Amino acid sequence: MDSRPHNPILEVRDISKYFGTVVALNGVSMHVNPAEVMCLLGDNGAGKSTLIKLLAGVHRQDKGEYLVNGKPVHFNSPRDALEHGIATVYQDLAMIPLMSIARNFFLGSEPTTGRGIFRRFDVRAAHRIAREELEKMGIDIRDPEQPVGTLSGGERQSVAIARAVYFGAKVLILDEPTSALGVKQAGTVLRYVAQARARGIAVIFITHNPHHAYSIGDRFTILKRGRTLGTYTKDELSREEMVAMMSGVDELERLEHELREFRDQDAQRLADAIHDEEENYG
Amino acid sequence: MASDSTEMRRPDERVRRISPMTRLLRRPEFGAIGGAILVWLIFALIAGNRGFLTLRGTANYLEVAAQLGILAVAVSLLMIGGEFDLSVGSMIGATGMIIAVLSVQFGWNIWVAILVALVFALAVGALNGLLVTRTRLPSFIITLGSLFAIRGVTIGVTRLVTGRTQVGGIKETLGYDSASTVFASALQVLDPSSSRVVYANFPISILWWVIVAAVATYILLRTRPGNWIFGIGGDPAAARNVGVPVDRMKILLFMGTAAAAWLVATIQVLSVGSADTLRGEQREFYAIIAVVIGGTLLTGGYGSAIGALFGALIVGMVQQGIVFTGIDSDWFLVFLGAMLIVAVLVNNYIRKRASEAK
Repeated sequence: MDSRPHNPILEVRDISKYFGTVVALNGVSMHVNPAEVMCLLGDNGAGKSTLIKLLAGVHRQDKGEYLVNGKPVHFNSPRDALEHGIATVYQDLAMIPLMSIARNFFLGSEPTTGRGIFRRFDVRAAHRIAREELEKMGIDIRDPEQPVGTLSGGERQSVAIARAVYFGAKVLILDEPTSALGVKQAGTVLRYVAQARARGIAVIFITHNPHHAYSIGDRFTILKRGRTLGTYTKDELSREEMVAMMSGVDELERLEHELREFRDQDAQRLADAIHDEEENYG
Repeated sequence: MASDSTEMRRPDERVRRISPMTRLLRRPEFGAIGGAILVWLIFALIAGNRGFLTLRGTANYLEVAAQLGILAVAVSLLMIGGEFDLSVGSMIGATGMIIAVLSVQFGWNIWVAILVALVFALAVGALNGLLVTRTRLPSFIITLGSLFAIRGVTIGVTRLVTGRTQVGGIKETLGYDSASTVFASALQVLDPSSSRVVYANFPISILWWVIVAAVATYILLRTRPGNWIFGIGGDPAAARNVGVPVDRMKILLFMGTAAAAWLVATIQVLSVGSADTLRGEQREFYAIIAVVIGGTLLTGGYGSAIGALFGALIVGMVQQGIVFTGIDSDWFLVFLGAMLIVAVLVNNYIRKRASEAK
């Protein structure tokens, strides 16, 4: 188990969340340190989404403690979390396809110039900063005025990450940033995650893809059915062990067995069908 | 420039040079500007020798376009923000009647009456906005309701107070002269195309139209609230997540369309000299048509106030141009309907080509 001395920037202790009779999270603990990628792994229904929403200020826990920089916090809205430097990039991006990259980048926090009624949106600064910030992350955009809709999924994720970093995120929560992407694009996003880590940002990386997790993660917390199965560093856990823990080896074996049965049944049905045909016309 | 050196330093197969033509095509108002030139050329060819090209002819269609354009520009902001306002036509009737009844029937200074009408418009606009943001019902439904309710109240109250549905005598009211200078004066220009002494009257509403469009364009492209308008129309949830006051912006946009209706009503009442409870009927549809021809997306998040200005110009040119051609003006509605559909098809095609992924 994780035994390093730590001064986590974000930590939850023994946290639980109920929705009516459903226990979504049951005594989950985890933390993340600055300049570290903590992967949160789990199959569908493991409680990943609930935990993210709790960290992002969308939900509040029913039990347990949520600490930022060692101090307990109570968020009433995503805005509160943002003010504490906790930025969440959701899978569905929160990017507006018909708006330009620069306008998207600054939506809600536009740079201005001038005073009084002459205070206006500094479009030139917006273009310049958007281009520079994306460049810092190694994202090569062609034109800050082009609509976000013309970017690929990976590029959009990258712009969303760059935006969070620029607006002072200390903790970056990435909700399945690679799940809808092709192999190459996923690689691009993983590279930007590494960039963010190099800049001292704590990253919580949520995924159910163990390969993406293993290539970028420093530590891994595995969730299953609303509980933590444990937190491991990379040298404590092999890729195979991780996969096994996520889904459960026995479950995988059962699945394989079931699939084999389906195949056998199909073969049998096909044979029967051919037999019938032959009887009818033969 | 830093950006140029970047491209020089790192040639990338994904970087494609964007031609100035694509840039132009990408502007939402491009279709409307092109369309306006095309429509003008067509009428210049067909009706050029029948008065379309004279100063009088020009003033004629500009006046129609101006009144519609003031409305369309405000509606374009609202539609970019993702909402509809079907109540603007009724609002023209209501505010016009408020001005007439207060100034003629009660003998108020017309400036006070105009001010009261503005307050009424802003209040009803805010109510529309509040209903839409609180109930989460489509604004189409809410303002369809206010379309009928406002018209009904206007007719009912006017009949109760005056016993009629028309109120004249505006030109004898207190303060009419100064008010009419601001809202209903005209620039007289000697028309050189006529051998007789004929003047073309360019009404001041044309100036209002251009001012409203310029202010709207400035707000849209060069202010923070302008960026928010695109955001709330594009994806309200995403905009709210990054701290945009979505509901407040929507309410303000509804107040804007109501205020535009008030301005049109003031111009009409002062230039015609009377108010009618039925004034402004169907203007809401004309405004939406002008906005859509102007390149604004019906679903919000994309569009232009300049486009709305040119959309109104197209509608005005067609409406008045048909008279010059000698074709029965009954056919105008057919043209309007066909133009709307063609404009949407063309705009969709252009937008798709301009913003398509690689």
